[in-house]
Amino acid sequence: MSLLSPICGNHKFAYSTGRNMQDTEEEELRGSRIYLCKVGCESEGEISTPDGKSKEAEIKRINKELANIRSKFKGDKALDGYSKKKYICKLLFIFLLGHDIDFGHMEAVNLLSSNKYTEKQIGYLFISILVNSNSELMRLINNALRNDLASRNPTFMGLALHCIANVGSREMAEVFAGEIPKIIVAGDTMDSAKQSAALCLLRLYRTSPDLVPMGEWTSRVVHLLNDQHLGVVTAATSLITILAQKNPEEFKTAVSLAISRLSRIVSSAPADLQDYTYYFVPAPWLSVKLLRLLQCYPRPEDPAIRGRLTECLETILNKAQEPPKSKKVQHSNVKNAVLFEAISLIVHHDSEPNLLVRACYQLGQFLQHRETNLRYLALESMWLLACSEFSQEAVKMHIETVINALKTERDVSVRQRAVDLLYGMCDRSNAQQIVAEMLNYLENADYSIREEIVLKVAILSERYAVDYTWYVDTILNLIRIAGDYVGEEVWYRVIQIIINRDDVQGYAAKTVFEALQAPACHENLVKVGGYILGEFGNLVAGDPRSSPLVQFNLLHSKFHLCSVPTRALLLSTYIKFVNLFPEIKSTIQIVLHSDSQLRNSDVELQQRAVEYLRLSDIASTDILAIVLEEMPPFPKRKSSILNKLKKKGSSTLTDLEEIKKEPNADVNGNAEPTSGYTVISPSSSTNLLSFGSTHLMNPAPTYLSAGGLLADVFSNVGPGVISQFASAEDSFVRFVCKNNGIIFENQLVQIGLKSEFRQNLGRMYLFYGNKTSSKFIGFTTAVIYPGNLLAQLNVQTKPVDPTVEGGTQIQQVLNIECITDFVEVPILSIQFRYDGVLQNISVKLPLSVNKFFQPTDMSSEEFFRRWKQLNSPHQEVQQIFKAKYPMDSEMTKTKLLGFGLALLDGIDPNVSNFVGTGIILTKTIHVGCLLRLEPNTQAQLYRLTLRTSKEAVSKRLCELLSEQF
Amino acid sequence: MIGGLFIYNHKGEVLISRVYRDDIGNRRNAVDAFRVNVIHARQQVRSPVTNIARTSFFHVKRSNIWLAAVTKQNVNAAMVFEFLYKMCDVMTSYFGKISEENIKNNFVLIYELLDEILDFGYPQNSETGALKTFITQQGIKSQTKEEQSQITSQVTGQIGWRREGIKYRRNELFLDVLESVNLLMSPQGQVLSAHVSGRVVMKSYLSGMPECKFGMNDKIVIEKQGKGTTDESAKSGKQSIAIDDCTFHQCVRLSKFESERSISFIPPDGEYELMRYRTTKDIILPFRVIPLVREVGRTKLEVKVVIKSNFKPSLLAQKIEVRIPTPLNTSGVQVICMKGKAKYKASENAIVWKIKRMAGMKESQISAEIELLPTNDKKKWARPPISMNFEVPFAPSGLKVRYLKVFEPKLNYSDHDVIKWVRYIGRSGIYETRC
Repeated sequence: MSLLSPICGNHKFAYSTGRNMQDTEEEELRGSRIYLCKVGCESEGEISTPDGKSKEAEIKRINKELANIRSKFKGDKALDGYSKKKYICKLLFIFLLGHDIDFGHMEAVNLLSSNKYTEKQIGYLFISILVNSNSELMRLINNALRNDLASRNPTFMGLALHCIANVGSREMAEVFAGEIPKIIVAGDTMDSAKQSAALCLLRLYRTSPDLVPMGEWTSRVVHLLNDQHLGVVTAATSLITILAQKNPEEFKTAVSLAISRLSRIVSSAPADLQDYTYYFVPAPWLSVKLLRLLQCYPRPEDPAIRGRLTECLETILNKAQEPPKSKKVQHSNVKNAVLFEAISLIVHHDSEPNLLVRACYQLGQFLQHRETNLRYLALESMWLLACSEFSQEAVKMHIETVINALKTERDVSVRQRAVDLLYGMCDRSNAQQIVAEMLNYLENADYSIREEIVLKVAILSERYAVDYTWYVDTILNLIRIAGDYVGEEVWYRVIQIIINRDDVQGYAAKTVFEALQAPACHENLVKVGGYILGEFGNLVAGDPRSSPLVQFNLLHSKFHLCSVPTRALLLSTYIKFVNLFPEIKSTIQIVLHSDSQLRNSDVELQQRAVEYLRLSDIASTDILAIVLEEMPPFPKRKSSILNKLKKKGSSTLTDLEEIKKEPNADVNGNAEPTSGYTVISPSSSTNLLSFGSTHLMNPAPTYLSAGGLLADVFSNVGPGVISQFASAEDSFVRFVCKNNGIIFENQLVQIGLKSEFRQNLGRMYLFYGNKTSSKFIGFTTAVIYPGNLLAQLNVQTKPVDPTVEGGTQIQQVLNIECITDFVEVPILSIQFRYDGVLQNISVKLPLSVNKFFQPTDMSSEEFFRRWKQLNSPHQEVQQIFKAKYPMDSEMTKTKLLGFGLALLDGIDPNVSNFVGTGIILTKTIHVGCLLRLEPNTQAQLYRLTLRTSKEAVSKRLCELLSEQF
Repeated sequence: MIGGLFIYNHKGEVLISRVYRDDIGNRRNAVDAFRVNVIHARQQVRSPVTNIARTSFFHVKRSNIWLAAVTKQNVNAAMVFEFLYKMCDVMTSYFGKISEENIKNNFVLIYELLDEILDFGYPQNSETGALKTFITQQGIKSQTKEEQSQITSQVTGQIGWRREGIKYRRNELFLDVLESVNLLMSPQGQVLSAHVSGRVVMKSYLSGMPECKFGMNDKIVIEKQGKGTTDESAKSGKQSIAIDDCTFHQCVRLSKFESERSISFIPPDGEYELMRYRTTKDIILPFRVIPLVREVGRTKLEVKVVIKSNFKPSLLAQKIEVRIPTPLNTSGVQVICMKGKAKYKASENAIVWKIKRMAGMKESQISAEIELLPTNDKKKWARPPISMNFEVPFAPSGLKVRYLKVFEPKLNYSDHDVIKWVRYIGRSGIYETRC
């Protein structure tokens, strides 16, 4: 309990309270031994039976005692305070033994109004332990508390404050949060009460910060830092530190006060602060708290104050150098506590190279200290120092020591810190050494931290890889040494990097092939091997030692030892081999045709085998080549391993990452998407290689581009997958002239849309609503670009949460940039598992070129001038079409405005005709557009004439608009 | 197949540990698992069979001592418990009460017994009389060759429970019918469930290898015999009882029981339990309890309980005890009773009313005023049933011993020379009435 801490650090207070009590309750104390006996035992034997007697005996004894207390409470004659206290005390004792107590509350409340310290104390104790906040007695209790708070007796105030803090409930805060600040800042409050009040308020603030009012008392609280009584200062510092974290502005003045207080403490002789000197260190707890308070604020601006602080910190560092004044462990403990807090303040300010280097030197000494705790703390603080640019070099000096600690340290938590520090101090210059050391250590590392080390090695080797062959070697080594601990993220990442970098593909294929030749290799290696050889097996096929058949046989020899997902991956590899090496097609077909594949009990495997076999049978080599094309480069994205590491909550790596992020250090920085399709899978990469039925191929686009050819091949798609292609053209048409609404809905899911466009940029908010009561898992979305759309339109999707709880909706933001005019419509492909069944939904994104219209107003002369300019035959498109909807001029007007044009009045002599103008803004070109729409109400016909500077645009706009009326 | 047997004291310390099979793995693990999960369990473990990590623990508790049999196999649980009870009987007959001290004083003996009665996990001869001939506490007497061969032939022979050549000057036979009657009755006097479980215990001091025949008023037997004369069967059918199920001592010839329903056997020497049975029909309930509970406001409770004895006036019931539970917030009790002594026992949260003796067809009543302390607990008192203990000198099931004949063809004493004693004792089991 936080309330106890100042008392422990402060003998004087504890002592004085004790004496107070002694004065008033001398009698009680004299009999305290007898009293304790009485509490423990009424007439015969003790309540808690000594060892040897059974539990039943204890229950009997307690039943008896409870009956006795009940009869006393019920008794007609009123009990005196002493016996009331005694029985309440017994009830407490019985409660603490683990039995239910359901009476005595009223008696306890009565005790509160007693004038004797001990009786009040027991009453408060009972209430803080046994009364819950919605009891009807609460009003009485609050009254008693209020009376005690208002009393002039500091011990009574102390008891009340302790009780409030111990209960610490919201209800308590509601009642007392307003009053306690008054006690703290009142001039006539005793020191001990002030101290308790500050800590009590701290507790209330922690439980319900919203209920503690900020006000004019805050400025006066800050001045408590100047208080004569160090106990008050300590308590106030704790309070201010917490408050300042939330409202730094209000407590800004505390900085200078804290610094001056700190400098007074640090420079004082041990004799000055007699009661607060703990083993020759002056007021260590207060120093630590002040240093912590200072860490809430940046470095002070005022040079005088700043100088004073630097002086303080220097003094602390100097003192650390002095020989210890005592051999007692307490002395060195408190001294180091102050020192470590000072170092973290130095790191927090991160501006004084001199101090940073000195701190680093000091920590370096601790690295080889006898005391395990000290080594641990030194490593931890040094890790902070490693993040600072000033001390980074100084930290690196200790690399040998740290590596040594990793090897020889007995305590696993210290080794863990050493790993963290190595990770922190790693940069391009020492990456190879550190990664090698970590790999070495991994072989006999503690199981609990292996996964973390694996992730760290993976990140470091990726981030600081200069030579990608080294990277590939490292990761394969990693899988070999600690295959079980290599998470999916790690091997996904390897594959991403290899695919994105042409220069290592050959090397990777070769290395993987060699690694696979080991008699026993880890399943993750088989996965990587299967994927890499499936993609780039042709690069090493020239060598007779790794001829296609050898590659295939090697992989297939592992097949039966692997789990289902790996087998599925290997099946995909085989079909890729069919494309890469037509010469072994028959061998592969035999394998696929075997009963163990075609009739596999696992649906996924069976489906793959059936589909791949059919595919290899039916499709011509050209189609195979398209379908089984090499995977396109992965889009640049943040390494998911980092997320994983963060998720593991390994210390405070996150902030370090921000600091250490070097531009272009990311391997992916160099890889620009080049292929026709890019599959954007926004929700991290857990499903990067998701085992959908055709994951190694470019999934949906193939269906679309070669759709006609493949439709019959896949007409017997297995039962595991439910695909839904919302070809509903009208849903798209509805959105040509409007931006918000529901674009898709079935019995499972509803997709809502909100979009806004400015110039050539746009933003879409997609809302995916789960209409069922169970959750969707593995929810991913991707935008697919048919045809040449990728070059014309750039859509960035923000990742979405992979699980959608039943009855909730999630939001996804799409940022759109129009590069040039376009005709095709991007398709949103959604995939998720509901009730174990994979659902595929494809929806046309309502994104057409007219969304980037900028309406322009112009005079009639200008309009006609431009109209005449655009007179070449291909610039004009005219279409006459029948009206689909009732011909309402108001409706037409809204639609045209929604389409993005500005309507010009008084240009056309016929009033019922519409004339509109606008400019389509894209990144590369601007296309002006003039429109004339002539409705003919008798014939129910429209004539639409469009003139734009670009033929394709005219056609497309005409197409879009003709569907609208 | 029992894998091992452990005996613990109340603290969970192992007093005896005997492992018969390797399959229970690390002995220490098994020992600890039981201690942690059963003896020291936070909640009292009520099931006698506990499965921990695919290992089954069967336990029985005698005062403060836990006996646990351990196995990894799918064994017949009834067999294991039968064995454990037998083990308790054997130990009791060797050194009296099963207590920590007695077990500690008889380590060697217990291990010797365990070696004998359990072989590779299979129960062996556990007949006390037989065991006592070769496992003694007196140390090893050097036995003559004949004696040794006699022991061998007895242990391996057909009648393992009795040795030859026993001689008594007075041939005596004691037969006890011990029954415990269980009842749950509604406040209105409706029987919700009732059954009697009984035992026939014999003590025989007979010479030679006598053949005995035991007859009782079992319905099937009576009907079979009474087939000839119908009115006789009607007359005796009144007194016959229907036995739901019964088990016999191993000495009873089961084949004969199957074919003729006659119980014939060569008895072991000394004390043994001849049969166990259970009946549920036509039970004579020795006492009727009539409760009356009235709540007067929130702070007072009035209880009146009448008991009526329901048997022949010439018989006397003994050790009668009525236990009336009181609410948990009782703060004071006043009791008035016409007969016996009544007292509020706070440690047990009950009023205990004791009557030393009571003749049949009498009634007696107690009334109590219970004061309650108002609590802020909203839970209502669950009103546990009123329970009762007693002992009556007849068999509540109605069982009667019709005959017990002894034949010893080799020695020259006849059925008439044997002195036979028969006694009936009916005790209360769980005898409760809801209020």
